[in-house]
Amino acid sequence: MYIYSEHDQKILDERVAQFRGQTERWSAGDLTEDEYLPLRLQNGLYEQRHAPLLRVCAPYGNMNTQQLRKLAHIARTYDKGYCHITTRTNIQFNWPAIKEVPNILEELATVQMHAIQTSGNCIRNTTTDHFAGVALDEVEDPRPWCELVRQWSTFHPEFAYLPRKFKIAVCASTEDRSASLVHDVAIHIVKNDAGKVGFKIFVGGGLGRTPLVAAPIHEFLNQEDLLSYLEAILRVYNRYGRRDNKYKARIKILVKALTPAAFKKQVEEEWAHLKDGPIKLTAEAIAESKSYFQDPDYENLPAENEELKQKISTDRAFGNWYRINTHAHKKQGYRIVTLSMKKTAVAPGDVSDQQLEDIADLADQYGYGEVRATHDQNLVFSDVKQADLFNLWQALEKLGFATANIGMITDITCCPGGHYCALANAQSIPIAEAIQRRFDDLDYVYDLGELSLKVSGCMNACGHHHVSNIGILGVDKKGKEYYQVSIGGTTRQKSAIGRIVGPSFERTDVVDVIEKIIQTFVDNRHEGETFIQVYDRLGMMPYKERIYAKATQ
Amino acid sequence: MPKQPNKIIKDRKIIDDSWSVVSDDVDKNDIPADGDIIFSVDFWVKNQKHLESRSNGRLGLMLESTDEINLFSDNLGLFDIISINFPAFADGRGYSVARLLRERYHFQKEIRAVGDVLRDQLFYMYRCGFNAFAIREDRCIEDALNAYNDFTVTYQAASDNLNPIYRRA
Repeated sequence: MYIYSEHDQKILDERVAQFRGQTERWSAGDLTEDEYLPLRLQNGLYEQRHAPLLRVCAPYGNMNTQQLRKLAHIARTYDKGYCHITTRTNIQFNWPAIKEVPNILEELATVQMHAIQTSGNCIRNTTTDHFAGVALDEVEDPRPWCELVRQWSTFHPEFAYLPRKFKIAVCASTEDRSASLVHDVAIHIVKNDAGKVGFKIFVGGGLGRTPLVAAPIHEFLNQEDLLSYLEAILRVYNRYGRRDNKYKARIKILVKALTPAAFKKQVEEEWAHLKDGPIKLTAEAIAESKSYFQDPDYENLPAENEELKQKISTDRAFGNWYRINTHAHKKQGYRIVTLSMKKTAVAPGDVSDQQLEDIADLADQYGYGEVRATHDQNLVFSDVKQADLFNLWQALEKLGFATANIGMITDITCCPGGHYCALANAQSIPIAEAIQRRFDDLDYVYDLGELSLKVSGCMNACGHHHVSNIGILGVDKKGKEYYQVSIGGTTRQKSAIGRIVGPSFERTDVVDVIEKIIQTFVDNRHEGETFIQVYDRLGMMPYKERIYAKATQ
Repeated sequence: MPKQPNKIIKDRKIIDDSWSVVSDDVDKNDIPADGDIIFSVDFWVKNQKHLESRSNGRLGLMLESTDEINLFSDNLGLFDIISINFPAFADGRGYSVARLLRERYHFQKEIRAVGDVLRDQLFYMYRCGFNAFAIREDRCIEDALNAYNDFTVTYQAASDNLNPIYRRA
């Protein structure tokens, strides 16, 4: 994990002082609400329905246990005893007092955490695969590149007032676990025919009102050119992205209007000037970043653990958890463990101060003291010895984080929705809970197999409903909550935006509609087919017919 | 075109502003014969010959954030100041324009931020090559001077330091 240099710490401490000053001037009336707004937003501080919201950055989702304990302390001291893992692998506090925020930031800075650029029209937290560095299918660890992008994008003086927010994701694996192609820029780490590692660059993905999959604009970028290329993209966007309408201000609209080919041409004209300038990465800079992401001291363990094998076959609940919530690890004798934050009736992603501390204790005991947040609002221990799995499972069971549903229909991603968010058209959490309650038979859930279901309370799509196999979107119809349902979204093996099934539904009907979709899948699947494969084969019609069939038929 | 305050920050000092703005509707025959004048790119394109023939007083350009530099880049040497207007605090185009002027066109003279310019943008503007700031008149210009000290460490290459952190000694 990256450890701050004295420079990083200095910048952070100076930022805390700067924000304290800004908050004081705002409270003294020397800064108007309008002027304070972009300043507080660039520091992750929103106004919400009931109280402000503070979004704390977990750089590319990584946290250590000291940081988890600090988050627990903040939840307890400044908030109502819990926080929330977001779909961008950040941590949100829902109830801090604005005047306390400088103090919270000061506390966070002591553990190398902050809220810098977690909102506002600037470059946001760069995200990546939550299995980075331990996955079997990656070209190389994406995190050193994320860290280089983090430093480049932090307080970038030219790109603090972009037309709109800007999100970058880095993907190094065959399976795209970071939904990279629905980001403004996706950096794919690839190996060319000569065996050289470089980047394929995609631009213009995004969700919200105009969901789009990013288009490739550069097939193979040399490693030392990553930042110059990003700078060229951002400069073209900063100068030519629309600023007249915030719904048309994301880079995807510019790329679409120009066409990806014309956009690429503009970027590469700009890049030609920057490419061999001082921004070019040095071999030392790359090596230094990589030095922070070395493997922990793995033990040499046997590939097979007899005791584990026996437990898996004799303890059914443990066996299910092992199959569903743990993944293969690059190092023999280890597994990747996902903690499910999707227990029925708990708001997806919510975690209490006590739970954070308990998780930290377990991560120290079994996971080399590190935890990752996932964009599906779960947590990951990336390095767990096979021999420890049973004990860890038992501990997680007690804490409520061992629900064996990762990647299944009840592993619902869900924005905070109308409960908290000032933008929401509708509640999202009760929808998630109702679906979890309907699908409470684990055997049935397992039989359905891999199936993503995501819920957003409004068009801003924080719940990522567009790229979900089944997506649910809260809409407002004359002051009443309605829900639009879509099918066919995915980001894993390929990226596709889901299609809306038809007219929207009242809240009380949503779960029945989901059940009809599932029944259609079950009735039509061939042996071994997943939900998305069946949809791709059949198209929308059978689902539509079942959903909107007249009651009398 | 925004009204220019009388006092500005230039090179970390508060000074009186010597420049007068000539608006677009002024007839070329009414252009002041001497004194330092500043005008839009349109005005320059329309009256270039006349402006170049002035014998006294310096010339300056006032850019809007959408103005393309190639409209006047061949004549950059004629200008002693380029002002860049920020129509709103949140309009960040001027930051790119300033960096281009400094780093690509090597413009060495004054680059001034005008319009919705407040203390809190000053540090980034300075990093992007602005060396003068017409702080909005309803704000304390002395206070804005403090913004130079907001940060003592930076990561990126920009106009204030052409080397990024990984190339610095």
